[in-house]
Amino acid sequence: MFPTPIEKSPRSWQLTYQALLPVALVMWLLPLIAVALFSIKPDADFTTGNYWGLPSSFNFVENYGKVFFASDMPRYLLNSVFITVPTVVGCVILSSMTGFALGVYKFKANLWVFFMFVAGNFVPFQILMVPVRDLTLDLGLYNTKTGLVLFHIAFQTGFCTLFMRNFIRALPFDLIEVARVEGVAEWRIFWYVVLPLMKPALAAMAVLIFTFIWNDFFWAIVLTQGAESQPVTAGITSFNAQYRAAYHLMSAGSIVAALPPVAMFFLMQKHFIAGLTLGAVK
Amino acid sequence: MSSSTKATTKSSWYKRNEIAVTPWLFLAPGVIFFLFYVIFPIFQSISVSFYEWDGLSDPEWIGLGNYEELYWDDAFYVSLRNNLIWLVLYLLAIPAGLFIALFLNQTVMGIRLYKSLFFFPFVISQVVVGLVFTWFYDPTFGLLNEFIGIFGLGPINVLGDERYVTYGIIAAGIWPQTAYCMILYLTGLNAVDPEQIEAARLDGAKGWRMLWHVIVPQLKPATFIAFVVTIIGALRSFDLISIMTNGGPFGESRVLSFYMFEVALSEYGFRMGYGASIAVVLFLIMLFFIAYFLYSMYQDDKGGR
Repeated sequence: MFPTPIEKSPRSWQLTYQALLPVALVMWLLPLIAVALFSIKPDADFTTGNYWGLPSSFNFVENYGKVFFASDMPRYLLNSVFITVPTVVGCVILSSMTGFALGVYKFKANLWVFFMFVAGNFVPFQILMVPVRDLTLDLGLYNTKTGLVLFHIAFQTGFCTLFMRNFIRALPFDLIEVARVEGVAEWRIFWYVVLPLMKPALAAMAVLIFTFIWNDFFWAIVLTQGAESQPVTAGITSFNAQYRAAYHLMSAGSIVAALPPVAMFFLMQKHFIAGLTLGAVK
Repeated sequence: MSSSTKATTKSSWYKRNEIAVTPWLFLAPGVIFFLFYVIFPIFQSISVSFYEWDGLSDPEWIGLGNYEELYWDDAFYVSLRNNLIWLVLYLLAIPAGLFIALFLNQTVMGIRLYKSLFFFPFVISQVVVGLVFTWFYDPTFGLLNEFIGIFGLGPINVLGDERYVTYGIIAAGIWPQTAYCMILYLTGLNAVDPEQIEAARLDGAKGWRMLWHVIVPQLKPATFIAFVVTIIGALRSFDLISIMTNGGPFGESRVLSFYMFEVALSEYGFRMGYGASIAVVLFLIMLFFIAYFLYSMYQDDKGGR
């Protein structure tokens, strides 16, 4: 193990390390801690210039209550859910199929199709902006959640295919060979042999895509406008315009907007990290 | 009778070609979707960049006109310069991530929680990171100015000063990116071969020499991924600029992706063709890296099945 395990080092360094950890953490998260502090302060603290002192009263309920009951925030959150969840489902379905095809079968175009997905996934998405916006307008899906979902599914399929294909390649191929010798149909091999083995990868991918899509801002402002379809990342700017200079409310709003992926991360930590670091170890 | 022979030939054709046909059946929905929404639009964008088009009326062919205009456009060079600054400084997230990973790669009580909390910034949307840092830099009450005020300095208005603005935004972007690199390296460090470390220790290697000659080479896969995601992140930077400064002051914090958006979709007018030409330039820069990434993956793949 590198660096040298702390148990083998002198007692003094052990104690320093233990003391250093929380200090480093607080410094690392300082901007967030500041926002969390802002979000429970009363309005009066900002007018009197008490920015960094203790809150003069604990206004958690008032501030967050206002975010949830006196603004469009719940609407935006709901939109985000209706955009994110179908995208995750769509990506999982499409990419488990493409990943299976590219991971299991040997055919001439295999590597080319794979590279098309990978290259498309790396493309700076600004180059897609004008045509995709146009396409969405033509389909009559501009400013709808469906329009956003369809694009997200298509674009994320690139990343997901890369992910699934690499995962399936690492599975024991013998299982498939044996099934073939037994005369099992190919689609049955997919459904009964490969899919059950893919479960951890599917879970990892689902949480990653959830986070990516929830946090998307660019496509939200390109393909939607207004409270009826915008997700929370785009909605927060109109929220902030509504409460200009009301820092306690803007902070509370930001925290609410950031929370779902954070919750997802802490609940599914193992899968999340497994997904992000796939390929980091050979 | 005849119908049954037909059925058997039909099924036997499928049976004979099952292995060849199945992958295409499985690929079809994904590939069609991807072609439709990702691959074709790339070429459409390239073609739009040869037109003058406001998105509504008929596009007018102007050949290389948009690119010629780019050549004389100062704002384009500011964006390009900022893109390069982003690219170079963003890479600092990789050593920073490695450093934090080394710091946290211990087994003390509660270390798992520490690791997750250090990783935390990556999970938050860039929009929120942008807002948080805007307040952090605020000249009247921001923590940054409170802090340098202790030393009698400031106040500086990071986001309002054309000299600092790009660096200020990059610092905000590096924060989550470092967290990402950290998690990659923590995973990589877990897989480092302990026997090699012991052997190197017996040979008297320690500290920096050990890190550089024994550990870092073994972390190569993690470094590769960190490199890929950081480059892509740097070239895609848009959210932070849009939230923190909206390109200002005086357009000094624009990057290509933001300038493109501004030209094509903001109140300055809907110049789709000109926007597309900026996107094509950005794409060409990216293409250079994409080619390199694909080449490395290809080399890797030759070893596999």
